Amino acid sequence: MSELTELKLKVLDLLNEDARRSPLLLSTLLGVEEEAVKEAIAELEADHVIVKYAAVVNWSKIEEETVTALIEVQITPERGRGFEGIAERIYLYPQVKSVYLMSGAYDLLVEVEGRNLREVANFVSEKLSPIDSVLSTKTNFILKKYKQDGIIFEDREEDNRLIVSP
Amino acid sequence: MIVNEDTKQQQVKSMESYLSPLVRNMPPSGIRKFFDLANGSKDIITLGVGEPDFTTPWHVREACVYSLERGVTAYTSNAGMIELREAISDYLHDSFHVAYDPKDQIIVTVGGSEAIDLALRALIVPGDEILIPEPCYVPYSPITSISGGVPVGIETFAKDDFKLTAESLEAKITPKSKVLILCYPSNPTGSIMTYEDWLPIAKVVEKHDLIVISDEIYAELTYDQKHVSFASIPGMKDRTILASGFSKAFAMTGWRMGYVCAHPEIISAMLKIHQYTIMCAPVMGQVAALEALRNGMEEKDRMIESYNQRRRLIVQGFHDIGLECHEPKGAFYAFPSIASTGLSSDEFAQRLLLEARVAAVPGTAFGNGGEGFLRCSYATSVAQLTEALDRIGKFLHKLTQES
Repeated sequence: MSELTELKLKVLDLLNEDARRSPLLLSTLLGVEEEAVKEAIAELEADHVIVKYAAVVNWSKIEEETVTALIEVQITPERGRGFEGIAERIYLYPQVKSVYLMSGAYDLLVEVEGRNLREVANFVSEKLSPIDSVLSTKTNFILKKYKQDGIIFEDREEDNRLIVSP
Repeated sequence: MIVNEDTKQQQVKSMESYLSPLVRNMPPSGIRKFFDLANGSKDIITLGVGEPDFTTPWHVREACVYSLERGVTAYTSNAGMIELREAISDYLHDSFHVAYDPKDQIIVTVGGSEAIDLALRALIVPGDEILIPEPCYVPYSPITSISGGVPVGIETFAKDDFKLTAESLEAKITPKSKVLILCYPSNPTGSIMTYEDWLPIAKVVEKHDLIVISDEIYAELTYDQKHVSFASIPGMKDRTILASGFSKAFAMTGWRMGYVCAHPEIISAMLKIHQYTIMCAPVMGQVAALEALRNGMEEKDRMIESYNQRRRLIVQGFHDIGLECHEPKGAFYAFPSIASTGLSSDEFAQRLLLEARVAAVPGTAFGNGGEGFLRCSYATSVAQLTEALDRIGKFLHKLTQES
């Protein structure tokens, strides 16, 4: 991993707040040349530090509701490859939204999304559990998301400052 | 109850006659006038706010809530909790190289405002002249008058980056001059004073035996260079009453938490006034302030970095739409010149509000030297700032087409 310059870190911070900010705006905010920002972003993209620019969606706001489950998976690591191979077999499914290798009582935390409860249950019983090295699964359905990736979904804090003050 | 309208009118008129002429003749704040105009209108973007756009960090709010749950609701000692005064003392020493003894050189006050009021009340003999560089924070002059002092404005200029100069200070000094009020980083101009800028001022202060009230509420908000406290200038500590607070640096305006530091003899005089009028600063705020000093430095630095980014944005923005703006090196205000439009500050600000839906404060609200300028706070989101600059740009374009 290449060492990140201070500029790159600041660019990441600002894009993490709002990925739609232009290089010109970033260069003004940071007091540097636009070219330097463009270069930093290009390198961050090339190094896959910036993986993708995606919207954070509160899916519960729209009609088409989905269900999401966090599944704790215990597995036997494979000789030579550890957890990588099994993790890959799991994360390649499109309905798997995230996969983390964990310390503690289980090995992988798998986030699975489906149109309804049965779809997720089917995924667990037909795809996940039958994998040879999977020893056990424990499925936890998410009831409500309050905050994700540092973003509060229903922020109740309003700007209640006076319009003009000394 | 039936009230005869005429008697009611008469009563109201005569009530005024009970008032002290000092208060009756006090002009209402120019900011207040503007607030009434802007208040209640929707879709206004405001650059008129003199406070951070951050909510007080959660750990500070939580510490206060927890203290309430534990029943911390009694008076504290008049000067404030000793733990808080110790923390303030350490903080001032570490950050600004000034040493104050928490036992007898610090009072925790109800905002920096009370600190300034206490200082003026403790010092002024009616008729004393109080020197105030302008444009400046609105209340200095009226508070001076309430205490019987005579405010003497010292105009500062854009050509000097609104810094106070020894020549202009000296020019206003008379045998009655007693106190100099300093506010750097400056509200409304965003200007700062460096060590080199202070040295000649210190000479004049010494020569004419002045006492200085240094309002350093924006001390944390300097960009590219550290704030230099007037009390840290050689020979000036005993002559300086340092007033500051938590509002701007820690986003704690509504808590009303400030403090004042000075020579023990001055502090003990101020403490008398404080204990008879206030008793002590609210304990809830003191608990919160202590938490801010103990665990809030990282969050504070993050907020300052964010102001700095928006400072660059607004200065560049004014430049792009053709408004001249000196670089503000502190606080969170830009003070662009609108003189090129041919409008007065008042006219410009009013029309900007009504026609472009952007609120900003006319420079004239801040005393002499403010005409031709507009105070714009950049403590608002990047999106709002961008939109406000866009609206101001269109408004300027409209003005040029009119003429």
